Amino acid sequence: MTTTAEPTASELGRARTRKEDARLITGRTRWTDNIALPGMLHIAFVRSTFAHGRIVSIDTSEAKKAPGVFAVYTGEDFDAEQGGLPTAIPVNADDPIPRHVSIAVDTVRFAGEIVAIVVARDAASAKDASELIEVDIDPLDPVLDMEAAQQEGSPIVHPDFGKNKWVTFEFDSAAAGATTGEPADAVIAAAENDPDSVVVKRRWRQQRLIPAFMEPRSTVVDPTGEQIVMYSATQVPHILRTMLGVVLGLPEQKVRVIAPDVGGGFGGKLQICPEEILTLLVARKLGKPAKWTETRSESLVAAHHGRDQIQDITVAAKKDGTITALKMELTADMGAYFGIFTPAVPVLGAFIGPAIYKVPAYSFVCHEIFTNKTPVDAYRGAGRPEVTFAAERIIDELATELGRDPLELREQNWIKHDEFPYTQAGGLTYDSGNYEAATKKAKELFDYDALRREQEERRRNNDPIQLGIGISVFTEMCGLAPSRVLGSLGAGAGGWEHASIRMLATGKVEVVTGSSAHGQGHETAWSQIVADRLGVAFEDIEVLHGDTQIAPKGLDTYGSRSLPVGGTAVVKCADKVIEKAKIIAAHMLEASEDDLEFGSGRFSVKGTEKGVTIQEVAFATFLAHDLPDGVEPSLDAEYTFDPENFSYPHGTHLAAMEVDTETGKVSIRHYVCVDDIGNVVNPLIVEGQVHGGLAQGIAQALFEEANYDEQGTLVNGTFVDYTLPSAADLPSFTTARTETPATSNPLGVKGVGEAGTIASTPAIVNGVIDAVRYLGVEQVEMPCTAQRVWRAIQEAKGRSTQETPIDTHSPGAGLGSIDPNNPQGEVQ
Amino acid sequence: MAEVRVTVDGVNYADEVEPRMLLVQYLRERLGKTGTVIGCDTSNCGACTVHLNGQSVKSCSVLAVQANGGEVTTIEGLARDGQLHPVQKAFNECHALQCGFCTPGMIMAAVDLLGDNPDPDEGEVREGIEGNLCRCTGYQNIVRAVQSAAQAMKPGASAPTETPAPVAGD
Repeated sequence: MTTTAEPTASELGRARTRKEDARLITGRTRWTDNIALPGMLHIAFVRSTFAHGRIVSIDTSEAKKAPGVFAVYTGEDFDAEQGGLPTAIPVNADDPIPRHVSIAVDTVRFAGEIVAIVVARDAASAKDASELIEVDIDPLDPVLDMEAAQQEGSPIVHPDFGKNKWVTFEFDSAAAGATTGEPADAVIAAAENDPDSVVVKRRWRQQRLIPAFMEPRSTVVDPTGEQIVMYSATQVPHILRTMLGVVLGLPEQKVRVIAPDVGGGFGGKLQICPEEILTLLVARKLGKPAKWTETRSESLVAAHHGRDQIQDITVAAKKDGTITALKMELTADMGAYFGIFTPAVPVLGAFIGPAIYKVPAYSFVCHEIFTNKTPVDAYRGAGRPEVTFAAERIIDELATELGRDPLELREQNWIKHDEFPYTQAGGLTYDSGNYEAATKKAKELFDYDALRREQEERRRNNDPIQLGIGISVFTEMCGLAPSRVLGSLGAGAGGWEHASIRMLATGKVEVVTGSSAHGQGHETAWSQIVADRLGVAFEDIEVLHGDTQIAPKGLDTYGSRSLPVGGTAVVKCADKVIEKAKIIAAHMLEASEDDLEFGSGRFSVKGTEKGVTIQEVAFATFLAHDLPDGVEPSLDAEYTFDPENFSYPHGTHLAAMEVDTETGKVSIRHYVCVDDIGNVVNPLIVEGQVHGGLAQGIAQALFEEANYDEQGTLVNGTFVDYTLPSAADLPSFTTARTETPATSNPLGVKGVGEAGTIASTPAIVNGVIDAVRYLGVEQVEMPCTAQRVWRAIQEAKGRSTQETPIDTHSPGAGLGSIDPNNPQGEVQ
Repeated sequence: MAEVRVTVDGVNYADEVEPRMLLVQYLRERLGKTGTVIGCDTSNCGACTVHLNGQSVKSCSVLAVQANGGEVTTIEGLARDGQLHPVQKAFNECHALQCGFCTPGMIMAAVDLLGDNPDPDEGEVREGIEGNLCRCTGYQNIVRAVQSAAQAMKPGASAPTETPAPVAGD
């Protein structure tokens, strides 16, 4: 036996530095673009510059003659083979999904769609030759506006489907049996005529965003072996493998997918990409390995985008602040084609729309619209940031309407800690939570009362730099997902996760997980879990993932599912190993199994010094010279875990925002968040996830937007003008935690990957509005750039003739109808 | 074709290259220095940052031929005598990386920053690395790592001893 390291007492909750860093900080990395196989060919794609048009002709003759070029293809060459890209949850069960081709054949439907493929001996030759291709496209009027797209006479993205609206998804809590009273529409209608009620309606926009993972997408396909091997920068190697089988009719067992080191995803890499399909088709046709790596500009225009919704939000409440109804009506831009989760993403919001609140009547409506833009799909949070924004913005509007402190109004309506488990109006049962505790801690760290005083003071002094306090008390559903829930949505897959553990002869341990990490640190966290459970040393554990031949079963990483679902599978699997080992240990110790106890990696006979370590059992099992009769000579185990419920992280985020009322410049003075993600395996990793999540949520609030011109061209399709925040754009955050364990998994953990993103966007925007609301501003579109804030201030001061787009709709409602400082309207 | 003679991570190379070949392409495609990566096509992300004659440069905005006669250090040549550079060590200790794609460039930029300013405050670090984008970390732990490395590199601070540089297969 080789030496095994001493296990550490308790690994769970320990701030271990990451195992995976050693390679990443020294450049010893295996990104897909690093791969070079013998004889490998390189692919360059030619993409449509028109958003909508008919392909008249594509002249490839010059490109075919260029040096180093092996082949040039257009849509017709692959149309018989390419099939249609898959959609897992169509939402609309009545209509066939418009075919999503990998390469356009006769019509282009967004600027960036592939129209030709050049294959050459090296990337430069492919690129050079691609510039010799003449593409003649007869432009059609593009569909660009979600609302105009629904009007009579609008051009149609998919004429075979006949209209641009894919579906209107509707949920009402009364109809669904989640609440007992009237439907939300009826409650709102009644409230509009009730002098003791207020109704507040607002319209907001979730701008279009781009996930912008740092590693550009890349795919290498090797068709030279018995199996076709695809290396890809993907979050979903397992789903990809299955879908390559489904889309192309390949026998699944003949396909191996490897996700080597993957440089971030944020939902942007959970796609089955046209480029993956085409690289495979090219490699297969030519019988040579083929590679495609995108440029950043290509990525921004062609990899899927996120968000893009118009939100019409209505809340009804009694004058005492009790919420009586909430209605969310969303119009969501799907782009030109459906990706794997496109129609499902906005609808995920239906469940979590009631957020932290006790809502007696809740309605969620979502209109899904095709446009001639880049397809939209999951981006960090996927459906939940959108409705959380809506809930946390509308509660602030309601507070203003009622002249109440927004935090106090939240507390009046939120689910109290002693009311868990609580079945909310979206039909979800929140297993645990303590909003009071997280809020109390956040207020203390933030010094809420002092900042409110400072805010009043600055207002009194007419300080040009005004202070705003932004609040977001969020919850979300993650740990995707109970397979039964997915089944009820018509999904083509479940939500389980798989793990296996191999006990090696030398006492070392291999843990195989179906959760394919791309920066999250699974290798470290999973090692901690197994070290703790099996009592072996952290260093003696190797975590394997991301190759369907090594980790043949899994449903991959997205939706903050890895730890609550994949981590639970690992725990259950370790327990199976212990069960199997116990039988052999009892034999070795000549004791009854009932007399054994297991702790710190050792089986011991109760009340004696006699014992044997799990490594010794593993070696004895490897030898198999002396095992009990009929016992399998293996300790290895596997487990597939299907969660019964989601997990529901929550937290209180407070942002102190400074707004220069003369220039509109916004800055974050202080950001405090207290998140409750249940028990924590590794606080260092958790904090990193929170920081990164905050940065992306803040980026939506302040910095990022994918803009299209009236021809449907993405106008900020480079990193020069799609403005990811840099270190100089962000502050240091104050993060803290409360721990209310989840009851739905043995680790008591909740997901953390998306929490910061979901929570921070409304906190920042609420803070900006709070700083300038006294001037009459009640809306600034995201991203809240200096220009937009300045313009909103000017408009509020009546210095513009543009109409205010906000619709308030209740007797006496609207900004200023109730003076926050004098809510009862007393004569002063 | 043009000739380029360059020392990269202590090894001398002489190659014929296309005049248009970028330094980063030369490093990755010709020398197999795949530790240095390409994250954008507009010189914004900084993932390809290396040192050329002791100064940090974005190797996507330098032609290979411009490095002729020069000395290049990449992330793969930063550890010396089996010892990680203090900045590398601090990135691990402060959890300053997640997916790790921006990390080589970020570390090379940070090393150069500390050469110019051995004791930067938070704002100076943030300004100093603003040419390098990270999508995972929100930068907070990167800033912490750079400042922590600055302390470790101060004259008189103990040299890093306990962590040997990892070798392939380790």
